[in-house]
Amino acid sequence: MLPRYLREPEGRRTPVGFPGYRSTGLRAPLRTPVDLPHRLTEITGPVLGEDRVQPTDADLTLRMGGEAQGQRIIVYGRVLDSDGRPVPHALVEVWQANAAGRYRHVVDNWPAPLDPHFDGLGRVVTDSLGRYEFTTVKPGAYPWGNHPNAWRPAHIHFSLFGQAFTQRLVTQMYFPDDPLFGQDPIFQSIPATARHRAISRFDLERTQPNWALAYEWDIVLRGRDQTPFETDDDGDVA
Amino acid sequence: MSEQSTSRRGTGFLTEPFRLGVTPSATVGPYLSIGLTWDDGPYAVAEGTPGAIWLRGRVFDGAGALVPDGMIETWQADPDGRFPHPDDPRGAVTRPGFRGLGRSHTVPSGEYAILTLKPGRVPDGEGGLQAPHVDVSVFARGLLDRVVTRIYFADEAEANAEDPVLTALPDDASRRTLIARPSEDGYVLDIHLQGEDETVFFAV
Ligand SMILES: [Fe+3]
Repeated sequence: MLPRYLREPEGRRTPVGFPGYRSTGLRAPLRTPVDLPHRLTEITGPVLGEDRVQPTDADLTLRMGGEAQGQRIIVYGRVLDSDGRPVPHALVEVWQANAAGRYRHVVDNWPAPLDPHFDGLGRVVTDSLGRYEFTTVKPGAYPWGNHPNAWRPAHIHFSLFGQAFTQRLVTQMYFPDDPLFGQDPIFQSIPATARHRAISRFDLERTQPNWALAYEWDIVLRGRDQTPFETDDDGDVA
Repeated sequence: MSEQSTSRRGTGFLTEPFRLGVTPSATVGPYLSIGLTWDDGPYAVAEGTPGAIWLRGRVFDGAGALVPDGMIETWQADPDGRFPHPDDPRGAVTRPGFRGLGRSHTVPSGEYAILTLKPGRVPDGEGGLQAPHVDVSVFARGLLDRVVTRIYFADEAEANAEDPVLTALPDDASRRTLIARPSEDGYVLDIHLQGEDETVFFAV
């Protein structure tokens, strides 16, 4: 019997479109998506690993021959599925703004300084226990044109493949108690009961004395349905 | 209901399996190319591979404008309909040089392009076969989660006619949004995020 991956109930998933986030207006599909029963294509996925990663990709503070400006931080955690099982050997890709809130990207030209030693790109592969860790600088908040005086709370973008097509996840990690949460439609689009899952935890114990603060963030991908069931009454199982 | 479940009410027993809450998705935003660019992204197979085809298309928004800052990812079986994955009950089969995954930005033209091999037919799990297909994820600024669709092939009419996903769609107009046409160097299928021709998207 093939595994089936559980879908988080609608009230706890981020909707694809959200009225307060203007760009969704012409982009988020308007028709109800069609249920796709999980068959072989959905329960498999690419096996990506060490060959896509250099050891230096885990440290974003040392780039282009020098050291990035800003508050040095360690971001670490585990990648798990919703059954609590670690997801080992999984590619984790991250990107972020520099300490001043500016991305190294042609489209980002607000008047904050670029950092000659920060490109904002990190890649790591989880270990056999699903753990990841990287060293970076705390990203700054940045303004955007969504509404008057709109600012994105500090965040790091994360991309994960997991072990199946159904587990693919792109998300953003936030920092505790950010005063910008209330006016940010991208944060507010997450249902209230799930918002805490997008916020990292300050971890004094993992702080490296005289070196770096630490934030812990576990990422949970969709787990498998463990209950055996028959295929007669629904075509939901391949 | 059974007496047992009644008697357990309020006793603190966990009657459902323990689960962690899944991390909520977020948009890739406008700067995705920083983190998600691979030099070999569009190449599910290397250039020059015998039988390689280009899957191409444009991505449109609800106003009919091209989406010049998105990304699509494709995942598919090899030409024998096999996956290099331990959950394939026929055994994981790896075809040397074939990644199964393609990743193409739509920067700056709104077009995607993936060099790959045409997939074979894949069992549907109920004794039949699915038509050759490619699973597609679309990511972009303005999408708070990926949206998922499939690419089928116009020159597989017979297989398409018995595919369980295509046949479950309500009408030909819906099916047409998923069927790529042969082109000079492969196949072409445009993706419409919204509008009259809105592509059929799937909840997975
Ligand atoms: Fe951002």
